[in-house]
Amino acid sequence: MSIIITKDLNLYYGNFQALREINLEVQPNKITALIGPSGCGKSTLLRVFNRMNDLIEGVRIEGKVIIEDEDVYHPKTDLIKLRKKVGMVFQRPNPFPLSVFENVAFGLKIHGLSRERINEVVEESLKRVMLWDDLKDKLHTPALKLSLEQQQRLCIARLMPVKPDILLMDEPCSALDPIATQRIEELMHWLKQNYTIVIVTHNMQQAARVSDETGFMLLGELVEFGMTEQIFTTPAKRRTEEYITGRFG
Amino acid sequence: MTRFFDEELKELKEKIVYMAGIAEKMIEIAIRGLIERNKDLSKEVFKYEKEINMLHIEVDDLCIKLIALRQPTAVDLRLITAAMKINSELERMGDQAVNISENTAIYLDHPELKPLIDTPRMAEIAREMVKDSINSFIEKDEALARSVLNRDDEVDGLRDQIFRELLTYMISDPTTIHRALCLILIARNIERIADHATNICEDTIFMVLGKDIRHHIEESWKI
Repeated sequence: MSIIITKDLNLYYGNFQALREINLEVQPNKITALIGPSGCGKSTLLRVFNRMNDLIEGVRIEGKVIIEDEDVYHPKTDLIKLRKKVGMVFQRPNPFPLSVFENVAFGLKIHGLSRERINEVVEESLKRVMLWDDLKDKLHTPALKLSLEQQQRLCIARLMPVKPDILLMDEPCSALDPIATQRIEELMHWLKQNYTIVIVTHNMQQAARVSDETGFMLLGELVEFGMTEQIFTTPAKRRTEEYITGRFG
Repeated sequence: MTRFFDEELKELKEKIVYMAGIAEKMIEIAIRGLIERNKDLSKEVFKYEKEINMLHIEVDDLCIKLIALRQPTAVDLRLITAAMKINSELERMGDQAVNISENTAIYLDHPELKPLIDTPRMAEIAREMVKDSINSFIEKDEALARSVLNRDDEVDGLRDQIFRELLTYMISDPTTIHRALCLILIARNIERIADHATNICEDTIFMVLGKDIRHHIEESWKI
């Protein structure tokens, strides 16, 4: 049973068509990678899933996006509920200029949870991203003093208290060095037990390493979608083969 | 977009072609030694064996380097993995040619058992199979690869025929056993060379189509 389904999805920025007839099904508890050259629409597609594109003026969408059986673009869709369900991690880690603890507790405090409960959730969230052991004695350190990798982990931890089902990751490792990248990739493997992950990446090796399924996009089209192993060994479409072997792009 | 990587892949293919040329030459000389009853030719086979062994290591090194440094995918990955396997097949063909020379040396210590008709014929088919298998790899020619696969039955048939004929010699006159066994072993060596050529063709078909046809897996799908 697919957790995300798009049906004949078209997206326009004014007169420019950024996505063309996208039909895609994302499976739960899997890592799905979207690859393709710059400007192919992969980040746009990712932002469709939590309606981040709504923030851009002149965006028009046709077709359907269904997440957990709910029509994401239905006029009555509760955006706050949607974005709780579909969390997002960005290219550069963007923690709040607060302490490590406050970063994770921020949303919880607004919801008026007890201090004890907040402490529990912060610990549990930091454990989920494997930061607890490193930071349990530094919870009041400013988040911006952490390494970039730890900041990125913290940004993922910050999503945990609202219990998302889907994590969208837009180039989550592009600001990180190779060792930090490897650690985030390990974390993704671990996280997929509990979450569905959709990742946009420029790094094809990263897509090959971490994902279960891969979609190749070009000029707003989803050219090919399939098991990662198949895409990287025997792609069905010539355009996919040319791109992943570096013959164009 | 032309890639520097394409030059490296070309170098890899050239090495395979060169190696196949040596394997073919070894087979041809080994069989000539048997037909012409010339023991000296085996020395030449042994000399080529050293060269093919060195190439075996060189090609593997090059493939490992390309995998590590270029991180190939799709058709490039299939080409390099096929090249690695073909490399081993060619080296083993060289070993079989050496075995033919060794068995010939023993055979030539004795008077001729019979005029050789099927063995040279079998060797010629096997050598053609080797040549065509490498051409199919280089030209990415699936049809040629399949034609080589079909010829394997002919080689197997000739091996059985040789075996049956020599069996009658051994039964009727036990003093022929030693010589007949040498010829049976040589037939077996040639048959193995043809098998290596079919393996190359299976690797080629995988490289071209991305489809694994080994162990008659295609037929098992039909059941």
